[in-house]
Amino acid sequence: MTDLHDVALTVNGVPRSARVPARRLLSDFLRHDLGLTGTHVGCEHGVCGACTVLIDGRPVRSCLLFAVSVAGATITTVEGCCEPDGSLGPVQQAFWDCHGLQCGFCTPGFVTTVTAYLDENPDPTQDEAREAIAGNLCRCTGYQNIVASVLRAAELRREVRA
Amino acid sequence: MTTAMMGEPIARREDPRLLSGKGRFLDDLGRYALGVAFVRSPHAHARVVDIDVTGALEVQGLVAIYTYDDLAGPLAEPLPLLIPHPALTHGRTPYALAKDEVNHVGEAVVMVVASDRYAAEDVCDRIRVTYEVLTAVVGIEAAREAAHLVHDDVPGNLAAHMVQEVGDARAAIDAAPHVLELDLDVERSASTPLEGKGVYARWDADDASLRVYTSTQASTSVRAALAAKLDLPPDRVEVVAPDVGGGFGVKIVHPWPEEVLVSWAAITLGREVKWVEDRREHFVSSAHERGQLHHVRVGFDDDGRLLGLDVTFWHDNGSYTPYGIIVPIVTATQLLGPYKPGAYRVEFSSLYTNTVLVTPYRGAGRPQGCFAMERTMDAIAAELGLDRAEVRERNFIRPEEMPYDHGLLFQDGRPLIYDSGDYPASMEKLKKLVGWDAFESYRAEAREQGRRVGIGLACYVEGTGVGPYEGGWVKVENDGSVVVATGLTTQGQGHQTAFAQIAADVLGVPLDRVTVTTGDTRRFRYAVGTFASRALVMSGNAIAAAARTVREKALRIAGEALEADARDLEIVDGVVRVRGVPTSSIQLSTVAVLSNPLRYAFDAESARATQFATPADPDKPPVAEGEEPGLEATGYYSPPRATFANGMHAAIVETDPDTAEIRILRYCVVHDCGTLVNPRIVEGQVHGGVAQGVGGALYERMVYDSAGQLLNASFMDFLMPYSTEVPTIETDHLETPSPLNPLGVKGAGEAGVIPGMAVFASAISDAEGFPITRMPISPSDLFHLRATHPEGAS
Repeated sequence: MTDLHDVALTVNGVPRSARVPARRLLSDFLRHDLGLTGTHVGCEHGVCGACTVLIDGRPVRSCLLFAVSVAGATITTVEGCCEPDGSLGPVQQAFWDCHGLQCGFCTPGFVTTVTAYLDENPDPTQDEAREAIAGNLCRCTGYQNIVASVLRAAELRREVRA
Repeated sequence: MTTAMMGEPIARREDPRLLSGKGRFLDDLGRYALGVAFVRSPHAHARVVDIDVTGALEVQGLVAIYTYDDLAGPLAEPLPLLIPHPALTHGRTPYALAKDEVNHVGEAVVMVVASDRYAAEDVCDRIRVTYEVLTAVVGIEAAREAAHLVHDDVPGNLAAHMVQEVGDARAAIDAAPHVLELDLDVERSASTPLEGKGVYARWDADDASLRVYTSTQASTSVRAALAAKLDLPPDRVEVVAPDVGGGFGVKIVHPWPEEVLVSWAAITLGREVKWVEDRREHFVSSAHERGQLHHVRVGFDDDGRLLGLDVTFWHDNGSYTPYGIIVPIVTATQLLGPYKPGAYRVEFSSLYTNTVLVTPYRGAGRPQGCFAMERTMDAIAAELGLDRAEVRERNFIRPEEMPYDHGLLFQDGRPLIYDSGDYPASMEKLKKLVGWDAFESYRAEAREQGRRVGIGLACYVEGTGVGPYEGGWVKVENDGSVVVATGLTTQGQGHQTAFAQIAADVLGVPLDRVTVTTGDTRRFRYAVGTFASRALVMSGNAIAAAARTVREKALRIAGEALEADARDLEIVDGVVRVRGVPTSSIQLSTVAVLSNPLRYAFDAESARATQFATPADPDKPPVAEGEEPGLEATGYYSPPRATFANGMHAAIVETDPDTAEIRILRYCVVHDCGTLVNPRIVEGQVHGGVAQGVGGALYERMVYDSAGQLLNASFMDFLMPYSTEVPTIETDHLETPSPLNPLGVKGAGEAGVIPGMAVFASAISDAEGFPITRMPISPSDLFHLRATHPEGAS
């Protein structure tokens, strides 16, 4: 009999909990137990970055963590990168403006990664923008429009702040 | 046409959903479905002696274990050979679960269904399969040598052998003033979409119907295959391609073992069943491509003009041939690029190896052909001391020679006739874009600084939009919104935008009133699939045809209502009006209501179409003979043959004199895919293709050891480029419309990847001063090559 554990955490500002085995990956916990399927799983070995979520504001690979190990944490997924009214947040809007996605499978990991990056680096150069996304794989876009999206997102965030 | 949306770089309409986590990819569906895992062969070549499941029976969550012995009827037969060809004399396809023998590491042997994937993997861990290991045939050389066989009944490991010849190439070469011979090799790579394959099936026993969601490029054909394999009437099977996380060719193959098995298990168990491929499974049990060895013999005159070209190549088709010999046929025909070869002879052998099967990967044999042809062009230039661009220009088919018939048969079984293109103009643009003529001064400057740089270029022609056909359905709803459906699938190409642009343009409605559904057999029943850069050409023209029919009908009905001649009417922003008389108009939504005579009203709008609401001719039936109710139509497009896009790429690279590291300084693209519907989407397709070209040239290879183990079956070891490996891509477009279809469009999906290997080989050769003849090339490869080429740059 597999032991089950109650895991409670805050996801996108909402307290959530589920009873899961110790081996449940955080990515599976979010997707299957909480039904937040925006977080995607592309490799399950921490390389592609599609499963990136923010834990206390910092990007992590949710496929490399067990849900039980982050009990109590505050998590932001791609769903949480939207505005409170459900419209696109600045990073998402920038990807839309710049055609920064094609199939859209890797996109959630880019959105969360870029969100965290711009929190710390609100005004990146082109080279810095390219470096910022260098831990995520995309097979469709060739990255050029994603780099443009990072710069555009920075611009949108500045506009919001101004 | 009143609202010009064709040619506009409109932002994609599918994006807000995908950006906010509301995509519906395969694993986002079926939250409560049973999970599936497979026991896969750890050996490249072995007989299955025994399968012992006793240790697995107590695992919590186990629902069912299936082996080949559980399969019956058509399901126990080998999977279909999708594209038979007379030259494919020894086609072989796998069983859904291995019967007696396995032929590559990763072949499915046992299927496990359990409460979820975790439990299913627990069960797999406890199943013991005993194998008698056989000698594996790995690599083209071993397959050709045929000391061992992959399939006992396939002599020489030879699946197919084919020769095409125009003129007497060998005689032409023998008589030529200059002759060169080259050996040019390309290693294996793979499509590698970020989302692997996946299948989710549910059976409705009361309705006796099956619904299957699968991450595929060909849902309609999956439906036919499942009906056949599961012995179901096709109209009891629905197949839906949900959001698909990239395809690039690998998802055109069908039915995969998992597609039939998951569907069958759903019926057998009466439960929802889902299988989602993990990354390792994708590496070892889906499909690869690219592996080919080429021997080129070429004869040419003092000006570098081709007199005869004789190409022999060997294609590694892996363990099975479900997709026939499309890839080597494409190489054989598309190798010619924009050139007149003089006499041409091409011969290929398609060989079995104990490795993952081979199916088209974006480019589908063209990157190899382009590599062979373009390396040959560079070799001719080097031999004669001519400029590489100049040699190419001298061999170009001229615009005035279009349409140009090569006298060969293309991959669709139709003549290889180029429809249009202006290659000299493309070359001019490329030379200007990259600064071809000024490069020598840049090289000298770099040399002063101790830097080693090189420039390369490569040209290609791509047959796109192959038949047989696609269809489109367009309907104006009572509220004036327009729904469009086509059967082919979408995996990132922006069809919901581009197809909507086409329909909106023809119908004269705002773009945001149009919604598009693709790849859902419930919505459109006839389709082929999304591959070979065909979606826009095929479905785009089919949707345009359907929309034109709808428009004609709308104008006719509106003409009756407005008492005007239909020829005087136009549709602007969803309003049908008499040209020049803006007061005389009728909403398209009202026309839709009037097109469907009703007995019963369900709202105020529909009440207008009921029998007492409008005066009507009492002697005529409400629906005239030959008419159908509703403002809708279905249209098809079936081309006489493919339409040929083209492009030219140039790259400037720098190679480190000490470490042999290869850095891309610039990458330039000139691209001609006919009329552009959405330039932003086309540009994105080019970018993505180039990135895969960079990967194929410099990073990606499938490394098999001699026992047939894939040593780099993970993203840790298979080096897909990140943003730091892909250069900024500079693009320029030419628009030479296709005369073959009403929209004048050509495909753009694969273009970007085709010349990648060729252009980098050209640039690295130029930097190093010796020929590069094998791709991909790593810094380590280059380092070792320097040792064997003391004549190179120092």
